[in-house]
Amino acid sequence: MKRFLIPLVVFVVLVIFLAIGLTLNPRDLPSPLKDKPAPAFTLPQLAAADKAFSPADMKGKVWLLNVWASWCVSCRQEHPVLMDLAKSGSVPIVGLDYKDQIDDAKNWLKKYGDPYVVSAVDADGRVGIDYGVYGVPETYVIDKAGMIRLKHTGPITPDSLKTQILPLVAELSK
Amino acid sequence: MLRTLLVCYTLVFGGTTMANEAAPMAADVVVEKRLMEISEELRCLVCQNETIAASRADLALDLRREIRTMIAEGKTDKEILDFMVERYGDFVRYRPPVKPTTWLLWAGPFVLLAGGIAALIAFLRRRVKDEAAPELSEEERRRAAALLDQSNS
Repeated sequence: MKRFLIPLVVFVVLVIFLAIGLTLNPRDLPSPLKDKPAPAFTLPQLAAADKAFSPADMKGKVWLLNVWASWCVSCRQEHPVLMDLAKSGSVPIVGLDYKDQIDDAKNWLKKYGDPYVVSAVDADGRVGIDYGVYGVPETYVIDKAGMIRLKHTGPITPDSLKTQILPLVAELSK
Repeated sequence: MLRTLLVCYTLVFGGTTMANEAAPMAADVVVEKRLMEISEELRCLVCQNETIAASRADLALDLRREIRTMIAEGKTDKEILDFMVERYGDFVRYRPPVKPTTWLLWAGPFVLLAGGIAALIAFLRRRVKDEAAPELSEEERRRAAALLDQSNS
C-alpha cells in the first residue's frame, strides 16, 4: 500500500497545479503601471482634430481610459457594457482610439453609439506603448491624482464591471 | 566602344547599387544588428511564444521601430530593456530578473531534476537489494550440502 502513496501524492499535486493553470488567463498580465502615474500625452480629439486631449484634463476626477479601435472585434463585444456604464453616469470614460483610421472610428461610434466623454486619437500607437497596450480593448482606472489603479485587459464584461471596476471607482471617489 | 564600357560599368557596379536599393532597412548595419540582439531578448505579448525579432504582429513592428529610434538616440541596451519592462512588466523579457517572485521560475526545473535524481537513486538501490541473492541460513546450508553429497555418491 505504501508504495502507491508517493506516486499518488505526486499525481494529486500535479493535478492541483494543472487545475490552477487552467483557470488562469495567460493574456492577463500584471501591469507594472499599477499605482504609477498615468503616462502623460497630448493627442488630437477624434471629434475635433484641432482640439487636444491630455490626461491632465481629467485631474480631480476618477475616470476610465478605454483603449479601443474600429478594427477590434472584442471591442464590439465590450461596447454595450460601456454604453450602459456611460448611461448610468457613474464614471466618465475616455476613449483612446488605438491605431485606427479616423473615418472608420467615427463611423463605428455613429453606428454603435459613443460612450466616451472624449476620444483621443493615437494613430501610430506611440501612446499605446507608453501604457503597455498589447491587446485591445484595455481599460485603465485612473484616480483623482492621476494614478493608474487598475488595468483591465480584454473586454469588460458585466461581471468584471460589477466585481472589479465599479467597487474600485466607488472607493476612489470617496 | 562606349557600349562595351557601359556594359562593363553595369556589370561591375550595377549589382551593388541594386542591392543597396533593395534593402533600405540595412542602411545602418550596426543599428540593425543591435536591434536584432535586443529584440531577441524580448517577448511579443500578442503572440506570447515569439520574440519581438521574429514576430510579425503589429505590436512587434511598432516596438522594433521604437527600439530603432532609441538606438538612434544613443540609449544603451539596458535602458532599452528597462523601457520595455516599465511598460510591459518582467514577462516581456525572455530572461526575467531573479527576484522573490521569480525564484520558483528559475529554481523550479532544478528542484524537479534533483527530485527526479533522488527518486531514481532510491529506486535503483531498492532494486539492487531486492535482486541480491537471499542469504542462506545455517540450516539451509547444511541441507544443501547434504543434497550435494547424495548426488555425488
